[in-house]
Amino acid sequence: MSQTRPARPHDPGRPGGRDFLEVDDLKVAFRTPDGVVRAVDGVSFGVQRGRTLGIVGESGSGKSAMSLAVLGLQTGKNADVSGRIWLNDEELLAAGPGRVRDLRGAAMAMIFQDPLSALHPYYTVGWQIAEAYRAKTPATRKQAWARAVEMLGRVGIPQPDHRAREYPHQFSGGMRQRAMIAMALSCEPELLIADEPTTALDVTVQAQILELIASLQAELGTAVIIITHDLGVVAEAADETLVMYAGQIMERGTTDQVFSDPQHPYTWGLLTSVTGLDHPRRDRLAAIPGTPPSLSDRPSGCPFEPRCRYSDRTGGLSAGSRPPLRQSAAGQFVACHLADETRAGIFAEEVQPVL
Amino acid sequence: MNGNGTAPAGSPPPGAAGDLLRVENLVKHFASSRGVVLSRTTGQVRAVDGISFSIRRGETLGLVGETGCGKSTTGRVLAGFLPATSGQVTFDGRDAGETRRGRRHSLHRDIQMIFQDPYSALNPRHTVGTIIAAPFRYQGIMPPGGIRATVEDLLSQVGLSPEHYNRYPREFSGGQRQRICVARAIALRPRLIIADEPVSALDVSIQAQIINLLSDLRDTHGLAYLFIAHDLSVVRHISDRVAVMYLGKLVELADNELLYAAPRHPYTKALLSAVPVPSTRARRQRLSLPGEPPSPLNPPAGCRFHTRCWKAQDVCRTTEPPLAGDDPRHLVACHFPEPAPAPAAASPAGR
Repeated sequence: MSQTRPARPHDPGRPGGRDFLEVDDLKVAFRTPDGVVRAVDGVSFGVQRGRTLGIVGESGSGKSAMSLAVLGLQTGKNADVSGRIWLNDEELLAAGPGRVRDLRGAAMAMIFQDPLSALHPYYTVGWQIAEAYRAKTPATRKQAWARAVEMLGRVGIPQPDHRAREYPHQFSGGMRQRAMIAMALSCEPELLIADEPTTALDVTVQAQILELIASLQAELGTAVIIITHDLGVVAEAADETLVMYAGQIMERGTTDQVFSDPQHPYTWGLLTSVTGLDHPRRDRLAAIPGTPPSLSDRPSGCPFEPRCRYSDRTGGLSAGSRPPLRQSAAGQFVACHLADETRAGIFAEEVQPVL
Repeated sequence: MNGNGTAPAGSPPPGAAGDLLRVENLVKHFASSRGVVLSRTTGQVRAVDGISFSIRRGETLGLVGETGCGKSTTGRVLAGFLPATSGQVTFDGRDAGETRRGRRHSLHRDIQMIFQDPYSALNPRHTVGTIIAAPFRYQGIMPPGGIRATVEDLLSQVGLSPEHYNRYPREFSGGQRQRICVARAIALRPRLIIADEPVSALDVSIQAQIINLLSDLRDTHGLAYLFIAHDLSVVRHISDRVAVMYLGKLVELADNELLYAAPRHPYTKALLSAVPVPSTRARRQRLSLPGEPPSPLNPPAGCRFHTRCWKAQDVCRTTEPPLAGDDPRHLVACHFPEPAPAPAAASPAGR
């Protein structure tokens, strides 16, 4: 995802080819008895090989629904997926489910938040990794087992030949997450989606897991998407950052842009409502008032408008129409009705001092 | 005091008379058993293994540590949900263990608890009004002005509307549910609230709301908190003093500024360096800890951290360091602590 790219990815003037993974106007909607839930509502982004995209969002922002759609796992009969997803110039939504199934595991893989529920309790860890490997390669059982042991060793599990014969419950949380990573990477996928990979882990283990993903990425040239609610994890691990709210992209840019010079009021709210260890202590945190909107009954204008303390400075635009994602003066893309001058003024006076 | 083979870890700081809560050599072991029908005890999970600290009136003590270090067990013992194996807990000069058995109710009014998961902490079949009024019913108290008016007042104190009185928990978001839990916890005007990971299940933007609420209530009600959390940034924001726990022991206990500016225990140092910072400007040097914490079933001899410590020497493997320090505001349990910052005239070697 380069900064110079035009705001609309399907703009015909776009130079060069597509990114390794490119998502264009992806929409995921679920038909429920309470109405249509628009979990993902027109999201576009790209990731290059060897790069890491961080997706930040709170519960219900659509970040997980989106990653499942990319992997072709939104197959429920009440789920409507539209848009386009290119992986290595192959469009996935038009491809048949059989083709996507072939790619899943081999070309793209996922690490889930809760490794205990993602691993089967009845089979040994080594068996599960070997099985995943055999499903995607012509390897024999023996070769697959050797591969499982090798992968467990590579993700830093001591005595891998011994641990491979153990069951998930015999592993600690951090080791289970390592086993998940070993399984996901056993076929050397070119795209790895990690959905809250460290949320269930302690900080010292989290640091180990993030380092592990980064080193394997450097070795294999994998494109990585890290989905998290932890701004610290994104700041450390991601090259580019996407801020999602209510199924839409609020801000998209390099991680440096988003954290050093954030443009969207929601990003401001997120960054000022946490206290980094390097920041001076404050009496009060600048909390974002209110709660995220219901996805089945979203505000007609900007989804963040009801909680935005600057919505009165848009001349009424934010209540009436949804802001397009456009390039801001600072370089990154932002979906906000505030004029650039107004935004710069607010940032300098109110946000920068507490950031 | 029932010593459990170890000397009491650190004596309470001077001026202990002003302490609201004093914990001395608190021990909580769980029997670990094997077999279902003919189960036999195979060992002791030493969840809390002799810790001492105090909380002053109106003070917030942060208790941090990783999964399995015993911080939640400590909170549950102090709240009276679990009996202590040994040790002494004094609340406001009274022996908490005795008081709780004899005059059962008084401590249950003074100490309240807020839990991590606001979904499982509220009975889904009870209305908000019933939930918040429950402490009055259990204690047989009729608040002046009546229960309904008091509950409605509590609802507005925690930022909810009095009209929510007849609603059910399912109608509320996670942050609002945690507000209901807070209202219930302050209903009996306690003096100490034990908050066990009160914000870790909430979204970032909601966490800040709840933390601000807890700060406001501390100021208006003169509350003291034992704030148990694994998130070091949150603890730094809210705490006056911070205790760091590792495998059932306190390894460091210090004033907030001292601990975060100059941690002295290697474990604290590694823990702080592992916290990801939400900024791209300050990528810091990370001290990576090898391995994982040992099992509390069979903790290492000597200093419990020696198996992962880069400074460990022979003495660490044999002798357990006491929680001590020249500066009573900064205690550390380490044979080779990091040097204290310049103004304090502390000798680098432990005793």
